[in-house]
Amino acid sequence: MNPTENKTICSSEIDASCRVPLLALFGGAALWLVLGLALGLAAVMTFHKPDMFADCAFLTFGRAQTAANDLLLYGFAIPAALGVMLWIFARLSQAPLALPIVPVVAANLWHLGVFIGTATILSGGSTGHPWLEYPRAAAVLLFAAFMLIAVCAVATMGSRTNGELYPSHWFFFAALLWFAWSYGSANIFLQSHQQPRGVVQAVIDWWLTNNLLFVWLALAGIGIAFYFLPKIAGKPLASRGYALFGLLTLVFFGSWVGIPQSAPVPAWLPTVSAYAGLLSLVSIVAIAIVTKKTVCGACVKCSGGPFCFIKFGMLSFVVSSLLYISEFCPRYSRVLEFTWFNFGVTQWQLLGFAGMILCGAIYEILPRVMGKELPFAKLAKVNFFLFAGGTLLFVIPLLIGGVEQGKALNNSAIPFADASGVALKFLRISTTGQLLVLLGALCLLLNILVMTLQWKLGLVKTVVGVVKDSLAEGSAYQPLPCDKEAKP
Amino acid sequence: MKTGFSVFLAAFVALGASWFGLVYCPLKQLGVATETKVLQSDAKWPLQRTGDATLGLQVYRSAGCAACHTEQVRQTGAANVLTITEIGSHQPADLKAFIASLASSVTELMNSSNAVAANLAGWNGELPKVLYSGDDDTVVSMLGDKLKAVGVKTEARVVATGADIARGWGTRQSVAADYLYDAPVQLGNLRAGPDLSTIGVRAPDLNWQLQHLYAPRSLVKNSTMPAFRFLFSVQKKAEGKDSADALVLPKEFAPTDGYEVVPTAEAKQLAAYLVSLKNNAPLYEAPFSPITAAK
Repeated sequence: MNPTENKTICSSEIDASCRVPLLALFGGAALWLVLGLALGLAAVMTFHKPDMFADCAFLTFGRAQTAANDLLLYGFAIPAALGVMLWIFARLSQAPLALPIVPVVAANLWHLGVFIGTATILSGGSTGHPWLEYPRAAAVLLFAAFMLIAVCAVATMGSRTNGELYPSHWFFFAALLWFAWSYGSANIFLQSHQQPRGVVQAVIDWWLTNNLLFVWLALAGIGIAFYFLPKIAGKPLASRGYALFGLLTLVFFGSWVGIPQSAPVPAWLPTVSAYAGLLSLVSIVAIAIVTKKTVCGACVKCSGGPFCFIKFGMLSFVVSSLLYISEFCPRYSRVLEFTWFNFGVTQWQLLGFAGMILCGAIYEILPRVMGKELPFAKLAKVNFFLFAGGTLLFVIPLLIGGVEQGKALNNSAIPFADASGVALKFLRISTTGQLLVLLGALCLLLNILVMTLQWKLGLVKTVVGVVKDSLAEGSAYQPLPCDKEAKP
Repeated sequence: MKTGFSVFLAAFVALGASWFGLVYCPLKQLGVATETKVLQSDAKWPLQRTGDATLGLQVYRSAGCAACHTEQVRQTGAANVLTITEIGSHQPADLKAFIASLASSVTELMNSSNAVAANLAGWNGELPKVLYSGDDDTVVSMLGDKLKAVGVKTEARVVATGADIARGWGTRQSVAADYLYDAPVQLGNLRAGPDLSTIGVRAPDLNWQLQHLYAPRSLVKNSTMPAFRFLFSVQKKAEGKDSADALVLPKEFAPTDGYEVVPTAEAKQLAAYLVSLKNNAPLYEAPFSPITAAK
């Protein structure tokens, strides 16, 4: 077989093989993103007008905020990242997606799980463990869907023609293993009938939270960025060595962070986390160097295109990770703990880093997969500016407000109401940013939705055309005019 | 392919190590914990919740109260404190002069003489009076002995220090033992509202809790807490009379005439749970002491 010929034939075929699974994953993800942001906005209204949802049990702050957070992580970030991963796996293997029906089923199972989980939280059935609030049924669905997608990803990788692995492969490998292990084991412990007693529950939950929000998002997001940045910049990834070093330090040290410094647990746990946080700085620096070397000097005008998205995402990764780690430094944690700071950092990780990179990747992939331009290419650019500006406006007031609130909380001469009042001013500003991010997410949803509808209409037209033709010309079989496009 | 396998193996080992360290070891160390003893007492800790309070924990979970409230008190250190409880036949002014002379003549007290003088400045005899608060326990025992000799009664304690303690949110830091019977454990990580680990000590009245849940601003003026009206039902008064458990509300928060606000079972359970939050027993690992010596 001639490899070059093979390649030219496959490129569009590979993309076409990803069409249905990716539409299912991205479409749902965009929908959950919009819903999550809207729900988060509704939740925060409680701080502007405390009695707004006093008679509405399912929009009370504790439920709406929790459901919104979970929608951003489980509804948007993870399925969107899995979709992008599948496409990159197929592209790197130079082979069409293996078992293409499996991720379609998985995507639907996943979205069903998110739906059940959200509905359960809003109606008061949350498990009470932060970031693991989904009930058992939803958790099982998510886990099963993830395993199906992992099987498809590994099968696609197995069918590759070129033996060598690319750095993105490493990151995705680790990500596939990470989610299955951490989400599975945390659920087994915390959702079983024989829960561990006492504060161990909180320790396991902190471990999971760190592994999903810090390690998993980093593995997926950086893997994606390391694929697209060199592609768009038109030069190879700066240093495989640094990338490998960044990955290994991230998984070895990053996975030990997560236990808050004043946690009511034996002192060795927070201490280990503090040192692990310090050591994972190395990994952030290594990844920042690779990114900088790859991006700098690239003659690409991005003006709101995917390159901008991914660059902004990588910058967000570095800054939000540094802020995240500062929360585990004993010296700063006294001030930062129990304030809005943590919420701000989490939102930055979810929206500024993962959200940005995923949106950029989706805008890059969608036109290829669908075989035509985005219906609203301008909205994609608007999306970038709304996301970038919105995230900063959303997050930075929360961070500053968090520090101010923390200082006030630590000074017992300031009454508690005043200490909370300090943060409230900043919270008001941040709500504006939240609104901008929501508008940006609407641009994404609109693009995906219209593209899906156009494609479905096209399918219907083709089928109608075939039926008409066969009625007109008797029973003679005629091949579909655009057989390739119609095939999933 | 060789790199691929090694990377996979490395990731596996890394995750395995972190699972071993942060899941398995805590399970082995903390997962087997049982009740401990309260210091200087035969009582066991923590107390099992009963009845409504047990169910109330689930209402707390379901409403997501932990999104805004922590149940965890922090402590920065501990201090030895000496308090005067009775001054016998002495005049405050004389006692002040006597203590000042003690502090400047006894070697062990000299370092603390300024602190003691500052505590006594402006004292007119109101009791109990904190005489000394600091690290040095010899000062406490020495001063206690000297004052006992002239018929002044004192109490020595070890107290926890820190902003949370000074706010009155607890008498000591929270420790793992406090959460033994909580399922789920809801520590919370945001203090949009105050810490609740000792709310049962600060606000032990069930009716206060219920009214606060229904209309927070009727009791705490600037509260940002959302009202939990969905835990209450507004119903027509039977024959114009209040039911036994109807809330007594100030006028601007009360429903229209002829109607009354009655807590649902869930509201009662939640209030019972809040009142049951009293993490303030002295433990071996959080050794604040009620009174170490009364002289």
